[in-house]
Amino acid sequence: MSTVKQEYDVKKHFLELFRENRSVIDSGSAPLMNKQREGAIEEFERLGIPSQKSEKYRYADINGVFNPNLSKSFGVQKVSFNIHDIFECDIPDLDTNLILLVNGRYFNKEEPLRELQGGIITGSLARASKDMPQIVEKYYNSAASTEDDSLVALNTAFAQDGVFIYLPKDAVLEKPLQIVNIMIHETDLMAQHRNLFIAEENSSAKVVVCDHTLSPNKFLTNGVTEIYAASNSNFDLSKIQNEHNGSAQLSHTFLEQESESTVFTNTVSLHGGFVRNNMFVRLNGEGSENHTLGLYLADKTQYIDNYVKIDHASPGCSSRQLFKGVMDDQASGSFNGTIVARKDAQKTNAYQANNNILLTDDARINSRPQLEIYADDVKCSHGSTTGQLDENAMFYMRSRGIPEREARLLLMYAFAYEVVNQIHVKPLRLRIDDLVNKRLRGELSRCNNCAMNCE
Amino acid sequence: MQMLKIKDLRVTIEDQEILKGFNLEVNAGEVHAIMGPNGSGKSTLAAVLAGRDLTVTGGKVLYNGEDLLEKSPEQRAKEGIFLGFQYPIEIPGVSMVNFLKTAVNELRESRGEKPLSASDFLKLMREKKELVEIDSTLTNRSVNEGFSGGEKKKNEIFQMAMLEPKLAILDETDSGLDIDALRIVANGVNKLKSKERASIVITHYQRLLDYIVPDFVHVLYDGRIVKSGDKDLALLLEEKGYEWIKEEAGA
Ligand SMILES: Nc1ncnc2c1ncn2[C@@H]1O[C@H](COP(=O)(O)OP(=O)(O)OP(=O)(O)O)[C@@H](O)[C@H]1O
Ligand SMILES: [Mg+2]
Repeated sequence: MSTVKQEYDVKKHFLELFRENRSVIDSGSAPLMNKQREGAIEEFERLGIPSQKSEKYRYADINGVFNPNLSKSFGVQKVSFNIHDIFECDIPDLDTNLILLVNGRYFNKEEPLRELQGGIITGSLARASKDMPQIVEKYYNSAASTEDDSLVALNTAFAQDGVFIYLPKDAVLEKPLQIVNIMIHETDLMAQHRNLFIAEENSSAKVVVCDHTLSPNKFLTNGVTEIYAASNSNFDLSKIQNEHNGSAQLSHTFLEQESESTVFTNTVSLHGGFVRNNMFVRLNGEGSENHTLGLYLADKTQYIDNYVKIDHASPGCSSRQLFKGVMDDQASGSFNGTIVARKDAQKTNAYQANNNILLTDDARINSRPQLEIYADDVKCSHGSTTGQLDENAMFYMRSRGIPEREARLLLMYAFAYEVVNQIHVKPLRLRIDDLVNKRLRGELSRCNNCAMNCE
Repeated sequence: MQMLKIKDLRVTIEDQEILKGFNLEVNAGEVHAIMGPNGSGKSTLAAVLAGRDLTVTGGKVLYNGEDLLEKSPEQRAKEGIFLGFQYPIEIPGVSMVNFLKTAVNELRESRGEKPLSASDFLKLMREKKELVEIDSTLTNRSVNEGFSGGEKKKNEIFQMAMLEPKLAILDETDSGLDIDALRIVANGVNKLKSKERASIVITHYQRLLDYIVPDFVHVLYDGRIVKSGDKDLALLLEEKGYEWIKEEAGA
């Protein structure tokens, strides 16, 4: 038997898919979103799938995550099961407003927008586009830049729905909002969701996003989230990536911050075969403050790639990046953090740190800090370390009777804790703490009571 | 009963022979003091006994009749060896409580005992803290992180009190201590003194030996013991320094 390897032309596939399904895609979405598709698909056609020749995706084989067997679905989603039978967030005391996305689509499509305390609105983005068009129109697809990233364009062309959060002026959300992204299907599947979070002046909220896979199929997610934080707002986003290792995730977050706003994001990557997180932050208003943190624990052949760009576009803003990773087995990954201080961004204060521990000779990480400083009054520091566990600390612990394995765990756990400790939703922090501990021990660290342990 | 027997031990670090045929025998119940000029190999000896991965090029070490050098550091700890570090290590992010609880329970497990409950453990900690008069807030912090020099040394004695070793090797635990702390450290060592236990106290100062009265004093010079005596040898060294010893050894 001869095997002829058919070259899979990803770009061609999506262009055809788009033309063939355009009307189904549109009818499952909203006019405001549909309006952007044509431009986006042209952009995608122009740029194609990012190759490893591009600086930005140098270490990430994006083309490799697209495979011809991934089905895509745009019509009405038939959910033949009761989601609550198979999924229930079991974190004790985590009292949240729960929103489910199943295969990238808002779970209960017919649900009207929910109004929470202080006039806070949450619900399906497609629904919001119809019910609150002025607001959605103002923000949708304006922070997201497709300039140099065709994957964002691909999302804009295809995404039908996702989560919408609107915090009006002065609104304070007491209970965190929890978004659970569930992938579950009978076949391999690709999904693309689109979220839009808007925090008006003086508002404040905490949002938790959890990614889960509930069936052993191969999955690919290409998701985009746009966040606007107006003056004096306070926004806190924790993201837990806990998909099985047969899945790939491309996640793009665009954040715009106005004056005196404070935004924290914390991304904890525990499982997932291929993870690429893009984080773009633009500090648009004087005195805004950004904290972008991440923790990645990878083993086997996992690939985890974080790309961060913090653009200081106005004076007197501060930003802090802290990314830490532990790589075991043949795991590999990359951290690329860029700080831009534009010409008039005087009194910029920017900090970046990336620390990695490699547990084996085969584990790999590429760490690349980049600075583009055009202003002259700038305080900027960056540091990157990649190493093994501290020999002296190991010996000290072992000399007290702590076995080597346990000593390693204590050190790794301590290493990770600096990031975990900065998750501001306490019950979530405790759970992540526990998951990290289990993860480092090599125990199953699935977050939910899913019966499936498909790694 | 013989506890430790070191015979003609040779250790090389980076092509440099540091211990050059070291001999020492320690019986249960004894206190041995080791003195000697800087760089003579005292810490190297302590490290190799505790299980640091050093190149042993000759000789052997028997502990309770068994080959010590082939055992892992944690195994040695379980069999009762404790090293008070000359330079205790800071471990940011690992809490004192977690560290000690893991250590204590590992030792208990190796003796076939059940792990201590959280409250029993805290009780034990409180008791030992009083014994060594260590500031209570120190144990709420990461291991040695930001501890002052003296606090680190006290912390070594505190750990020793928690772990109750059979053979304690204290490497300059008295250096950098104030007068009260010195008394407390000595007290900690004396509390553990019994017919079944022994200690090796490495020090530069005769003063400590007023509190911990040694049965033997040895002078380590250039990788071997060049003189042994009783506690009066320490007084003599205090008075005359090492020059005469070096001359004797050289001759
Ligand atoms: N890791 C190392 N690399 C190179 N040389 C070393 C190393 N460790 C020890 N040495 C050398 O071995 C010799 C003995 O050192 P050691 O620390 O055992 O001395 P010591 O007797 O404890 O001295 P002190 O009284 O100053 O504590 C010294 O010359 C030291 O420089
Ligand atoms: Mg020394």
